[in-house]
Amino acid sequence: TSIGIRVKDGVVLAVEKLATAGLLADGRHIVKRAREEAQGWRDIYKMPIDGPSIANRIGDYVAAYTLYSSVRPFGCSTLIATMDNTGPKLYMVEPSGLFWGYHGAAVGKGRQVAKTEIEKLNLEEMTCREAVKHAARIIYNVHDDAKDKDFELELSWVCEESNGLHQIVPKDLAAEAEQYAKASILLT
Amino acid sequence: MDHFPTNWGNPRSEDVDNYNTYPVASHIGKAPHSVTQIAGFGHAAGHPSTHTQQPVVTGTSVLGLKFKGGVIMAADNLASYGSLARFRDVERLHKVADFTVLGASGDMSDYQYVKHLLDTQMIREYNADDGNTLETPNIYEYLWRVMYNRRSKMNPLWNTFVLGGISQGKSFLGAIDLKGTPYQAPSIATGFGSHLAQPILRKELETRGGEENITEEDAVKILKDCMKVLFYRDARSMNKFQLAKITEQGVTISEPLSVETEWAFAEKIRGYGA
Repeated sequence: TSIGIRVKDGVVLAVEKLATAGLLADGRHIVKRAREEAQGWRDIYKMPIDGPSIANRIGDYVAAYTLYSSVRPFGCSTLIATMDNTGPKLYMVEPSGLFWGYHGAAVGKGRQVAKTEIEKLNLEEMTCREAVKHAARIIYNVHDDAKDKDFELELSWVCEESNGLHQIVPKDLAAEAEQYAKASILLT
Repeated sequence: MDHFPTNWGNPRSEDVDNYNTYPVASHIGKAPHSVTQIAGFGHAAGHPSTHTQQPVVTGTSVLGLKFKGGVIMAADNLASYGSLARFRDVERLHKVADFTVLGASGDMSDYQYVKHLLDTQMIREYNADDGNTLETPNIYEYLWRVMYNRRSKMNPLWNTFVLGGISQGKSFLGAIDLKGTPYQAPSIATGFGSHLAQPILRKELETRGGEENITEEDAVKILKDCMKVLFYRDARSMNKFQLAKITEQGVTISEPLSVETEWAFAEKIRGYGA
């Protein structure tokens, strides 16, 4: 399960890292294409690509793989978090190529439960630091102990504190978030 | 994506020679009559393309000096359009990575292009996410290869770059010119600086017995003196410049500053001052 939440000052992504085959490779391919698109944009316009444009490019690319019988669609949904002078944005591109902008999005096995949890949050007023804790908690909550083994939680964000750069959430904050997450599942 | 199975597995077409690998019959015996003729048409092998240009908007000297604890560089804020002092707020010292500064003299549009190239390389390194970052000697190697490659294609980037930085405790200072010649030394000066400032810088290094005996204050004073001489004597310079200092703590590029100059003697001059 992976989730993204867009809040007042940034976007937080949280991923449950399991050893899944197949889908991971598709995801890597899309990331590679995204990087090429972003670099191409930079070369022409001498500025970084903005959220709507990169989402559009990825949407078109993914959609192309649904048009021909010689290829198969991508087996993963892609979450795109961006930050520029118009604010933070979160997009999700589905295997059909369809994409929307979201305040909160979830993909994968536990997405139903995750979506419900995200809907309970007041995202408009939340800060990234708070969002990190909630994201960690939700991932821990939806993790299916029966079906899957142990997992590694990966948190990343793009926000004012990170200067608009996408980076892994700083260790101390990530550790704090995981503590909070583990504590909250003990209560439920 | 080639969707047509009939194309798959067939050999490359002989009609298209993308890499100029063999001479094409039509060029034999015909000498090109102008550079524009060559440059204007996509031509096959037989003669090289030549695009050697002339610089248009230019920056003058860049200075660099190693001192105890790091490297300091200086460059004025002027980009000239021939004899016109066209752009007077140009930053010719550019922070590339956390501990590297690039100084540019020569054509300013080529400098902007090189900045873009370096940004692209830094982004690639960031995306690779493998714990390594490009250090000053690595950036230097990359820049040298780009410059030499362009020179070999007879289409140079008309610059002399100065790269200063610190990596793994060791300070680094070097220059690369438009021909792709790299040169590393404790003191670097490009353009007019190579004639007027380099002797001053070398003298200081010699009398003090090396860069380890030059403090940060010394280095700043030496560079300011050099910039003063250059403003007096380089007709394409300006008395507004920046200093870039690279130490273990990181990169600091100063706000623009000036040096004191005396011009009162000018009133007494008749003729050419002999």
